[in-house]
Amino acid sequence: MVAAVDKSKVPWWVSNLIVPLVNLTLALLVSALFIFIAGENPIQAVKLIIYGSFGYLDGFAYTLYYTTNFVFTGLAFAVAFHCRLFNIGGEGQAYIGGLGVFLVAINVSFLPVPIVWLLAIAGAVVFGAAWAFIPAYLQAKRGSHVVITTIMFNFIASSLMVFLLVDVIRDMKQMGPHTVALPKEIWFPTFKEFAALFGIKIRYSPLNISFLLAIAASFFVWFLVWKTKWGYEMRAVGHNTQAAIYAGISPYKNIIIAMCISGGLAGLLGINEILGVHHKIVAGFPAGYGFTGIAVALMGRNHPIGIFPAAFLFGILYQGGSEVTFDMPNITRYMFVAVQGVIILFSGALENLFRPQIESFFVNTLNRKAKI
Amino acid sequence: MVSPILELKNINKSFGHVQANKNINLKITQGTIHGIIGENGAGKSTLMSIVYGLYQADSGTISVSGKEIKLKSPRDSIESGIGMVHQHFMLVENFTVIENIVLGFEGEFVFGEKLKKAKQDLKNLCDTYKLNIDLDSVISDLSVGFRQRVEILKSLYRGAEIFILDEPTGVLTPQEVDELFKILRSLKEEGKTIVLITHKLNEIMDLTSEVSVMRQGEVVGHTKTTDTNKEKLAEMMVGRSVLLRLNKAEAKLGDVVFKVENLTVKDDLGVTRVKNVNLEIRSGEILGLAGVTGNGQTELLEALSGIRKVESGTIYLNDEKISDKDNLLDPRELKEKGLAHVPEDRQRMGLVTDFKAYENLIFGYHDQEPYSKSSILKDNDILSYSKKVMEEYDVRPRSPQLITSNFSGGNQQKIILSRELNENPKILLVGQPTRGVDIGAIEFIHQRLIDMRDKGAAILLVSVELDEVLSLSDRILVMFDGNIVGERINKDVTDRELGLLMAGVA
Repeated sequence: MVAAVDKSKVPWWVSNLIVPLVNLTLALLVSALFIFIAGENPIQAVKLIIYGSFGYLDGFAYTLYYTTNFVFTGLAFAVAFHCRLFNIGGEGQAYIGGLGVFLVAINVSFLPVPIVWLLAIAGAVVFGAAWAFIPAYLQAKRGSHVVITTIMFNFIASSLMVFLLVDVIRDMKQMGPHTVALPKEIWFPTFKEFAALFGIKIRYSPLNISFLLAIAASFFVWFLVWKTKWGYEMRAVGHNTQAAIYAGISPYKNIIIAMCISGGLAGLLGINEILGVHHKIVAGFPAGYGFTGIAVALMGRNHPIGIFPAAFLFGILYQGGSEVTFDMPNITRYMFVAVQGVIILFSGALENLFRPQIESFFVNTLNRKAKI
Repeated sequence: MVSPILELKNINKSFGHVQANKNINLKITQGTIHGIIGENGAGKSTLMSIVYGLYQADSGTISVSGKEIKLKSPRDSIESGIGMVHQHFMLVENFTVIENIVLGFEGEFVFGEKLKKAKQDLKNLCDTYKLNIDLDSVISDLSVGFRQRVEILKSLYRGAEIFILDEPTGVLTPQEVDELFKILRSLKEEGKTIVLITHKLNEIMDLTSEVSVMRQGEVVGHTKTTDTNKEKLAEMMVGRSVLLRLNKAEAKLGDVVFKVENLTVKDDLGVTRVKNVNLEIRSGEILGLAGVTGNGQTELLEALSGIRKVESGTIYLNDEKISDKDNLLDPRELKEKGLAHVPEDRQRMGLVTDFKAYENLIFGYHDQEPYSKSSILKDNDILSYSKKVMEEYDVRPRSPQLITSNFSGGNQQKIILSRELNENPKILLVGQPTRGVDIGAIEFIHQRLIDMRDKGAAILLVSVELDEVLSLSDRILVMFDGNIVGERINKDVTDRELGLLMAGVA
């Protein structure tokens, strides 16, 4: 057994940079083994991933598009986690958030475009928050664990949306489970249009100005959690509920606030997908981003500064991974789900596997240097 | 000369940059009671954990009866005849005494004949040392004093020759302390060796024949107990002379500011913990509430500070009704009315230990100016305020950005006190203000409380340290089993008398 290290002596960059990097490297090594067993060359696969995600402009734009989604769901998970709430319901909250975007946008589309956008963002936040509110209320007042309720609410959201998309808001002129398209004027400007201004032609890219919204949301979360009294109170409740009660901070109120903000952020995924990409509700559009967001947040240590690069990493894997599946017949799409799983395993569940060893190694080395 | 039963040579141990033990040399003679005294954080517990095999020393040797031993785990030390009675007992609550003692012993199951024999052996041990334990009673039915005896019996049964007792009296009534001391003396007479770790000078003077003083990880003195006195020991512990008695002027009593009528409070399990309590506190007065832990003081404090629901009865602040069954002001509203609360358990309640120090220095006042405006925290103002109060209260280290759990207990307590006292409360509720706090800080904290009193605050002091209640209070209430069983003016009371009241005897 390695003796516990005095936490105050561990430099921040060891626990926040070295440890995640070691975990990531291990995950990638294990993944390389998978690829090797599947009968492909792992080094070749890495080259493909890098080419696919950075090698050409279209690919890079895709990477950033995926990053956008992961930032939203990662931030969503992180905010709740600061109040020690394990919000697994990002997927459902994003789905319902998308419903909000569509319903608002289609009903106010006659207004000036920027106002439509703002209202649509509000719709995403309010619907996502409302979907998170119910589990939050049940947790705060009845003690029903959010892990259980939010996961159940994912299923309810999914069924509800299928019902709506089949029987209520389907584009009745066709058979597919999706709505009519929103009017073209209110679609989010895309990267393709932006590039065209500079005379650069790209085929198609889902990347749109939601990326800027993701950056703004990251700032918002940082400011909220560390610079406002709400964040302060949420963290107090999360770290020590007893102490919060002693200080007159209501755990009930803060559980609900944290979950609603979390749900609202997850709802923003609907902005990227609906205003930016599909321009209508397509069944199953959250496509697992809500779940991957949990890994993104854990890997980013629940801080926007960590979440952004972690989201980018998952963006690379998504985009580069699809490149690999094109070129390597033995590697299927599911292989990359497994790779993600391994990353989640090493940077989430096994996050502290090597932490003590790494930290004590650095502390001892630094000590020795200090003595010399 | 006979070789000492336990000898430590050049023991060193560090945690990161902190050297907890520096070149410790210690010789303990067989058949004596050897005291080790020192402030919190002086390295006493670390040293004893090394002797018990919980930590490994970085360097140095340990010998028992002249033979060097290697201690890799508590099992090794038990085999070498070292037994430890921890501050927190290591007993399984819903097992009987005998089950707890044979638990995990000898690495085999004890049934039938073996159990009978074990029981007979244990009975003999109980008789020899007058432990007076019923071997078949369940631990949860036993009082704290008896649980401690079970721990001693366990070590005896495992063949211990050397007993290490870590702060054994912290949780006992004065009568239980007497009983414990009798047992320790009879152990000594049978040739056993006892190492007593404590920060209480009285115990050292009463019980030990030799004493070693530790300060900042080093042994700074060895002496025969008969060659020293409390003042000298205290000076060695702290490194400067210490005032053992407080400078306290006569109280200037004002009006009744805080009044409690027929208060009844239940705990989380629905058990009535505070039974029909009445009390009044005047401004400029310190009312001490003495009692053994668990007699309702915790629930009383929580009810008075708005954390716990009132079952029946009324609480008044300045003649204004603040809480009753239907109406409970929350802690924040009470703060606004001038009530401050230093909770009993600083880590569970008084602080968010994962927060940075400056965040804890405004905890509960964080939404007030100048710390925040329009819900946005004003970091610069908070930091400059933090630096100021850390200076004023001598919080070490003076780093407002440091995570609170990295401060020592005494400094954490100063963080809470500075926060609660700086608001100049009219009524101050204080629970165990110096629990786990070193002597230097105790002196400081006591002086601050007296200053508050002299400025006209009404103070309710809840403490299990009788010395503390006696040295600070103007008037003393004793709580037993949820009732106030006695009220005394401090001048006319002895600790004997209070001890009997605390035990529910008188």
